[in-house]
This record gives sequence, C-alpha cells and structure tokens, in this order.
Amino acid sequence: MTLRRSMLFLPGSNAAMLSTAFVYKPDSIMFDLEDAVSLREKDSARLLVFHALQMPIYEGIERVVRINPLNTPFGPKDLEAAVRGGVDVVRLPKTDCAEDVYQLEAEVEKIEKACGRTVGSTKLMAAIESASGVVNAVSIAKSSSRMMGIALAGFDYVIDMQTQRGDGTELYYARCAVLHAARAAGIDAFDVVFSDLNDEEGFLKEVDLIKRLGFNGKSLINPRQIELLHNAYAPTQEDVDYAKRVVAAAEQAERDGLGVISLNGKMIDAPIVAHANRVLQRAAASGVRK
Amino acid sequence: MKIVKEALAGTLESSDLLVKVAPGGGSLEVVINSEVMRQFGVQIRKVVDETLNKLGITDGVIVVEDKGALDCAIRARLQTAVLRGAECQDLNWSVLS
Amino acid sequence: MNTIINPRLSGLSCLEGRDLFDGFAKKTPHLADPKAKLDRKVVDSIEEAVRRTGLKDGMTISFHHGFREGDKTINMVVEILAKMGFKDLTLAPSSLLNVNSVLIEHIKSGVIRRIYSSGMRGKLAEAISNGLMDNPINIHSHGGRVALIQSGEIAIDVAFLGVSVCDAFGNANGVSGKSRCGSLGYAMVDAQFARNVVMLTEEIAPYPNTPASIRQDQVDWIVKVDQVGDPSKISVGAARATTNPRELLIARLSADVMEHSGYFEEGFSMQTGTGGSATATTRFLEHRMRRKGIKCAWALGGQTGGMVDLHKKGLIDTLLDTQSFDADAADSLRTSPKHVEISTSVYANPFSKGTAIDRLDMVILSALEIDVDFNVNVLTGSDGVMRGASGGHSDTAAGANLSIVVAPLIRSRIPTVVKRVTTLVTPGETVGVLVTDHGIAVNPRRPEIAERLKAAGLPVFSIEDLYKRAISLTGEPQPIEFLDKVVGIVRYRDGSVIDVVRQVKA
Repeated sequence: MTLRRSMLFLPGSNAAMLSTAFVYKPDSIMFDLEDAVSLREKDSARLLVFHALQMPIYEGIERVVRINPLNTPFGPKDLEAAVRGGVDVVRLPKTDCAEDVYQLEAEVEKIEKACGRTVGSTKLMAAIESASGVVNAVSIAKSSSRMMGIALAGFDYVIDMQTQRGDGTELYYARCAVLHAARAAGIDAFDVVFSDLNDEEGFLKEVDLIKRLGFNGKSLINPRQIELLHNAYAPTQEDVDYAKRVVAAAEQAERDGLGVISLNGKMIDAPIVAHANRVLQRAAASGVRK
Repeated sequence: MKIVKEALAGTLESSDLLVKVAPGGGSLEVVINSEVMRQFGVQIRKVVDETLNKLGITDGVIVVEDKGALDCAIRARLQTAVLRGAECQDLNWSVLS
Repeated sequence: MNTIINPRLSGLSCLEGRDLFDGFAKKTPHLADPKAKLDRKVVDSIEEAVRRTGLKDGMTISFHHGFREGDKTINMVVEILAKMGFKDLTLAPSSLLNVNSVLIEHIKSGVIRRIYSSGMRGKLAEAISNGLMDNPINIHSHGGRVALIQSGEIAIDVAFLGVSVCDAFGNANGVSGKSRCGSLGYAMVDAQFARNVVMLTEEIAPYPNTPASIRQDQVDWIVKVDQVGDPSKISVGAARATTNPRELLIARLSADVMEHSGYFEEGFSMQTGTGGSATATTRFLEHRMRRKGIKCAWALGGQTGGMVDLHKKGLIDTLLDTQSFDADAADSLRTSPKHVEISTSVYANPFSKGTAIDRLDMVILSALEIDVDFNVNVLTGSDGVMRGASGGHSDTAAGANLSIVVAPLIRSRIPTVVKRVTTLVTPGETVGVLVTDHGIAVNPRRPEIAERLKAAGLPVFSIEDLYKRAISLTGEPQPIEFLDKVVGIVRYRDGSVIDVVRQVKA
C-alpha cells in the first residue's frame, strides 16, 4: 500500500527546484511540463525533467510527470522523455473520457518497447478537469490496469463549470464523483491544489474535509504544505492504539484458526482490519498527530 | 548535428545556467564562466565536452554562464541550446542520455 | 590662581614632596569655568575631536558594529581621518560588513595599515583575500576581542562610538532617539578600555540621559553628527527572518534536536546565532515548550523578534542581549525589565571572571563548511575568499553544553560538509551536532546525544554518510589553490593562532 498523501508540484523549467525538492520528502513529486511551463520553454523543461528523473537521489519518492495533452506538439515528446527517463507515473491532463486513456496507454507501450523498459511498468494517472471528465470518471478510472489514481484539478474544472473557486461548494459534486470512481475502480483519489499559501487555516480546513471524505491525498504547490498535510493525515494516539488492538485481534484469530475476528465482543471484518493497517502505516510514516 | 543559428537556453538563477550557442567558423570554441569555477571548473568542462561530443557537435561557439548548477541541469540546458541552435525537432534519445 | 597656603602645613618634614591644597579647582579648572563645567566635552566637529585626542599616525582606532549593514560611522570617520592626512593606523572595529567596502581606497592609500576584526564581507573581504594588504588581518571571536584588548595587543587609542542620543557628558544607550540599535554590548567594551572615547551622536539630550550603557565617566569628546547609522538595515543579510522552505525545514529539525537532546528541561538556557535557519529555530520551540510544559530561564546573544515574542509570552524569563538584531528586540530592551543589555566581556570574554556562555545549555550556530571531524569554518567560502565572521561562534561552542550547527547540506553546487575545512575557526571538539536538510550527524564524542536522537526517531547519519551524499550530488570539488602569502590570521578566543587564510590564486 503506497502512501500518497502529498503530491508536490514542481515546475519542470525550474532547475533549482529540481535539484533540491527531494529534501522535503513528499510522498510523490510531480514534475510539471504543462501549465507551469511557458510555451517557449517546453523543450528546455522536457530535457531538465528527463535528466532529473535519472538522479539517484529521487529513488524512494514516487516520480510523476504531467505531460502536455497528446494532441499538442509537445505531448508526444514529453511522453518519450518521461517514459525513457524512468518516470513512475504519467499524469494525463484534461482526461475527458476513457478513449483519452487508451490513446495514452498505446503510446506508452510503444515507447516502453522501443527503449527496453518493462511493458506495464509505467503507471498512469488521469486528471479530471472538466464536466465531461467528471461524468466519465468511472469509465476513466477503470480504463486501464496501469491506472493508479485519478485527480481532480480545480482550476480548469470550475472554468468549464462556469463558476469560480470559493468555499468548496463549487467542487461538491466533482469531489464526490471522482472519489466514488476511484473507489469503484480500486485506485487512489487526489484532491485539488490549495493556492493561497498564506491561509494556513483555510488549507487545514480543506485538508480536514477531503480527509473525511476519503481522499488518499492532495496536490501541493509549496513544500510548507507538506508537513501540515502529513500531520493532518496522521492518526491520533487513540487511533493508533485502537488499530494495534484490531491488528492484534486479527493475528490472534489467524493463529487460532478462527474464521471470525472479534474485539470487545464485536465482530471485526476485513475492511476494518485493512483500515487499521492503513492507520498504522500512516503512523509509521509521520508519527502521531501533533 | 550542426549549429546553424544563435540560440539560448536556461537562466542566470542560482543552481541554473545560461547557455549560448552560435555557429562556428570551422572549429569548436567553448567558454565556461562559473560561480564555482575554482571548485568544479574541471568537472563542468568534462560534462560540457561529453555532452557536445555525444551530440556530434564539432563546430560552433558555446558560452556557458553557470550559477552552481548540478551536472544534470548542465546537460539539459546545453542539449536544449544545441537543439535550438541546430533547429532540430526530432530527438535522438540515445545521444541525449 | 588661588594661593591659600595654610601656615600650619609649612615646614613639616612628613609633608615633604606632597602636593598642598591650592584652591578647589586647581586640578579641575573646568569647575571654575561655568561653561566648561557643563559643555567641555562637546566639540564642533569630528576633526576637532580627533585633534583633542592627540591621535597620531600608527595608532589604533576602534568602532562598534551595532548598526551592522546600516552603519555610517566607520566609513565617515575613516574618510575624515584620510582627509586629515593620517597614516598607518590600526583599525580595530568589533566587525566589518559589506557596507565597509569604501575602506579599500584608504587601505590602498596607506591610511589603514593593520586590521583586527571579527570578520568581513563583500568587496573589502574579496580585496583583502586577493592580497590588498601588506600585513595579514587578525580575525578574532567576539569574546576573543575583549581578551586581546585586555591583554593590550589591541591597544585602543581612540574609540569612535556612534550613538543615537547622549547627554552633554556622554551618557548613552541604544534604546532612545531616532537610530535605535538596541544593545551597545560591543561599544561598552571599547568605552571601558579605550584611552580616548569620542562619542558621535545624532542628538544631545538633557542631562542625565538614562539608562547609561556607556557612562559619562568613560567619554572624552562628543560630536553631533547627522547620522550614525540606519537601524532598518540591521536585520538584513545574516540577521534576516526567513520564509525559505528549506531553511524552515532545517529550523524545524533543529528544534526537534533541541527537544530530544536531554537539555530541554524546565529552566534551560539557549542561544541562536545569525543565519536564516538558526534564527528561525525559535519559531518552532514554542509549541514544543508548551507541549512539555517547560520554560526557558534565559536566552543569550543577538536577540531577535522571535526571542522577544517567546519572552513576552512568558516562555523565556530573561533575555541577555549582546546585540539587537531588529526593532522588536531594541524595543523590548527598552521596555522589559528582564530584557537586559550585557557587554561582550560579560557575554564571552574567556579571561573575564565569569561569562554567560559558561552557563549556556544549547546554542544553534550556522556554518559555511563543516568537516568530517566537525571542525567549522564560518569565515571563508569554499573558494577561499573571506565572506563571514568568527563572531560568537567559537565562544559559544566552547561554553555551551551542546552546540548545534545548522546548515543546508549543499548551497547551490557547494557542499557544506567537506573532508577538511578551508579555514578552521571552531574546533570540532566543541561541536556537538550537525543538522542539515538531508539529516543529522552527531559528534562521536557525544554518544549519549546520538542515542537520544535515534530513540526519538530523528534521521541520524554518520557525518561521513552526509559527506558522501553531498558529493554524490555535486561531484568532488577541486582543492582550492592558494599563494604563499598569508592575508589573515585566525585567532582562537584565547588569543592563540588556530589557522591562517592565504591569498587566493587569481
């Protein structure tokens, strides 16, 4: 179970950031070749990211590259750079339907074969940025065995919806739809970027909401947000104590050869055990909530 | 590959470098200015020469203004400048690695 | 002249050779002159004050650097001395900064022949590193300066002390007037030991000006000037408050180290030095102190708004201020009875009868370089050029129970952790822990600290591993080439020579 609480966005054109971002220890790093990079710098950023992907220091952090859409002059080349560079996950922007994913998958396979990379080793992530994407979220989520997650991208989505970013009401349905699609497909769900870096309270409020909804993680645009997010996602001591008891009960039941696990006279079924393991995993990653 | 026009890549920000390429007069001239010249001048020169060699550049004027960039950034910016200067759209990934 | 000679006193053999009373003002003539009684110290110009001090070629002049990059006094006075034709002076300010680059021409023209300083930066430092001076400069720590003055090696003939306000007798502090620099800790030493003290002031206040950090019985001459310094420039450069995420990451980790060091108990004492990560560490202490329910008894050193904030919240009982790094600190010094000014001698003079650093628990320090033996360089860059200051670094590391050095593992392409420091300023035997953005290293001399930090789940590595990590990113740096000429002599706080700085090869 890979923890994907924090996905740090880095502009692929920023040499300094690419050389240093690993110190912040996000769960994933996303090298952006799309919106963060100007048209004139697309080629330069592509090569920076190609080389950065191969830096040994990035081992241990999941590496994601957001390519430009495949129907732009940049997309196909970005994909070559990403796959050949050894990326873990390719993030496809503006995924509107399953066909977008099939197209991407076919291209990825071609490149994997051409450069000698294990076919299937490159994972995919779909970014939902429009109404179409939201209503097609389930088919998108289920469209490929390479799909590891879907992310809601707020900025373009609200424009498509003819509204604007506010207190979250404007994302209400989209968040739920993307989340349900992810769960139905058994993959991860990621929430939108919070862009006001000075509003720590607002950020924490949003993190609390999406955590309670069940999102696996969130896209971040500044290292300062990583610590806040990890702490909000960290279980409390009570959570950890209870999770330990659940896991212990499950192990005991297994040793006793019992088909039913019980704790304090209540039946504990598999999803509860799975949840307990997730809690302990988060605790191991960043301690108990402070 | 042949550099047919002047081109730039990169920036002068810390940890980055600015690379200028221009067509040569029959030979390869490489000028490197670096903030860390005393400590890494030799290493930077090595990376630049290797990169140009792999790209098959034997003719041109290359000027590097380095602000303490790591090797991977040097390779990337240099390759970008050369590709721009050579007006090359197709990427031959084996020479870029 | 009054000639009352008491007939009782004449002809007594036991009074042979003794001075007989000859009028109340015989030896203090100013008391008989109403104007002189009150105003004798105030002169019209710096030139006049200089004349009155009897300053000659080859003598030693000193200054304080309380205004840091906003200082106007040093440059102004040296300029005037140059115009007056002085030569071969020894310049002994408490430190020199970027703003003092104008001194280059006065060195070239022979006005200044020798320098003693805690450090130097910018163009002046570059010029000296490139061989500008015939005599090597002497670099000392803050405490070490006092020791050199006390021993007479730095024999200050005239101290020019810039203050915001003083009265007509020279009672001055740094917390009143327009240009408040806060603590006059450095200046207090000069005022005590200099043969002549010329006070440059922006304002002359009614007598008595209180409190008196520099006292009337220490001041010879007073000159009113337009500006002695710009306090808004104090907290720039090394003393700024950071928003850089990497510096904050390091600061948070260093607060974790403090918390789990074994010294984080009720009544502990601490100090944070200059440098983004060092000063930012205070931001992360509040939460940890409240969680543990403890208070800090006293904080030492250069004070910042961050420290003042904890003081106001009741989390730090007393602030011992050697230098105020921002307006908040200067203001707090003025208003809080438990925020007190101390001289550099009380702070860190190794030969004083007792210094604050002797009793310090933890200190957070910066570094330009630290080697695998934990020796620290705060003076020269990895290119061999001077760009920093010895400051209180070696003083506090020597005295504190635990010294914690904080620094990014790599600055641009330059590794902070090296095989051997370019210049040795603080010996590794006094350094406890290194905190970088890639992890922590503990001096093998402190195994108990390593145990505690590991038990707390902090990322502890060997310093060799951190070194390897740095090199894996940057590549191995070439050794710097130096010429034979020695341009700087680094004095350890006890006056002994700990290293030299040679001229860099162009």
